[in-house]
Amino acid sequence: MKIIIVGCGRVGAKLAGDFAEEGHHVSVVDQRQTSFRRLPPGFRGQLVLGTGIDEDVLRNAGIQQADVFIAVTENDNTNIMAAQIAQVIYRVPKVILRIYDPDRAEIYRELGLTVICPTRTVAEMIEHAVRDQILSTQSG
Amino acid sequence: MYIIVVGGGKVGYYLTKTLVNEGYEVFLIEKNPTKVQLYRDRFGAIVMQGDGAEVATLAAAGAGRADVVIAVTGDDEDNLVICQVARERFGVRRTIARVNNPKNEELFRRLGIDVTVSQTNVILSLIEQQIPERPFVHLLALRHADLAIVEAKVAAESPVVQQPIWQLPLPPESIITAILRRGELIIPTGQTIIEPGDELIIVTKQQREAELRELLCAPATR
Repeated sequence: MKIIIVGCGRVGAKLAGDFAEEGHHVSVVDQRQTSFRRLPPGFRGQLVLGTGIDEDVLRNAGIQQADVFIAVTENDNTNIMAAQIAQVIYRVPKVILRIYDPDRAEIYRELGLTVICPTRTVAEMIEHAVRDQILSTQSG
Repeated sequence: MYIIVVGGGKVGYYLTKTLVNEGYEVFLIEKNPTKVQLYRDRFGAIVMQGDGAEVATLAAAGAGRADVVIAVTGDDEDNLVICQVARERFGVRRTIARVNNPKNEELFRRLGIDVTVSQTNVILSLIEQQIPERPFVHLLALRHADLAIVEAKVAAESPVVQQPIWQLPLPPESIITAILRRGELIIPTGQTIIEPGDELIIVTKQQREAELRELLCAPATR
């Protein structure tokens, strides 16, 4: 499969390394050359320097052939715009993006995007852990 | 009419000032606290510090009763999201986005923004109109109707010279609305005779512009 990842932070670099390891064709897009240092040694995917909200940059990354598009830059709005370019203009079959802000995450989920909201997910996990602790204290 | 402006750069500042002077109810949202303080001294309580892409900020600004939201920050991704959040969460009927990168104009329209304003394109076309001796100038595009207003200078060797307008082989969907002749404005009728050097103001479909240029302007100076 052809996978494009916009944003080579910790999450982006980890995903890129894992998918390339599994034999997928991975293109990583980031504005800063230094971000590519986060990729694992021997990474065989394509590196594209530029912003993920520029159609020319995304075409260089092969968006016309992409099966999966992942937007995980540090900026919610950049992820939202990049994901909509992939979904609406290039009709990439699977578009996944990260949105930290829970309100915006809900809005774009309603608009048909696959949104991961780490704020909500992490908060829920912590709440679960705390509730488990409360339960075990009460029963113990 | 209640208008929310997001982004207090030069564009946002002068826009707010103009709208206030014209008597509109305006609210300005700006991220930078220093600027907010400065603008409060000038505009009073209609300025708020915050991120206009956040639901809570727009709610505090009263987006629920806003007629228009105008996003004029320097970042296209922010302007896009501000307009989309305003529409999806607050049902704002008219959203206007500034487009910093002209490449994004078409994209924004496809993503549902009502109006886009591209500074680069506006400035380009203003400069274009001021370049002398250009025989064919695109003055204005009325995008939703696919119409254009163009100005064409009639070449001496054009087949339209010395012809009355009703006989001109104009492309379909084109109307000559005014003629500038030696500094004078003429509102033409079918009987008006075209002279070489006439500057014609024509309303036309955008795809007819090339045919018009071919017909009216001399090939050598094109």
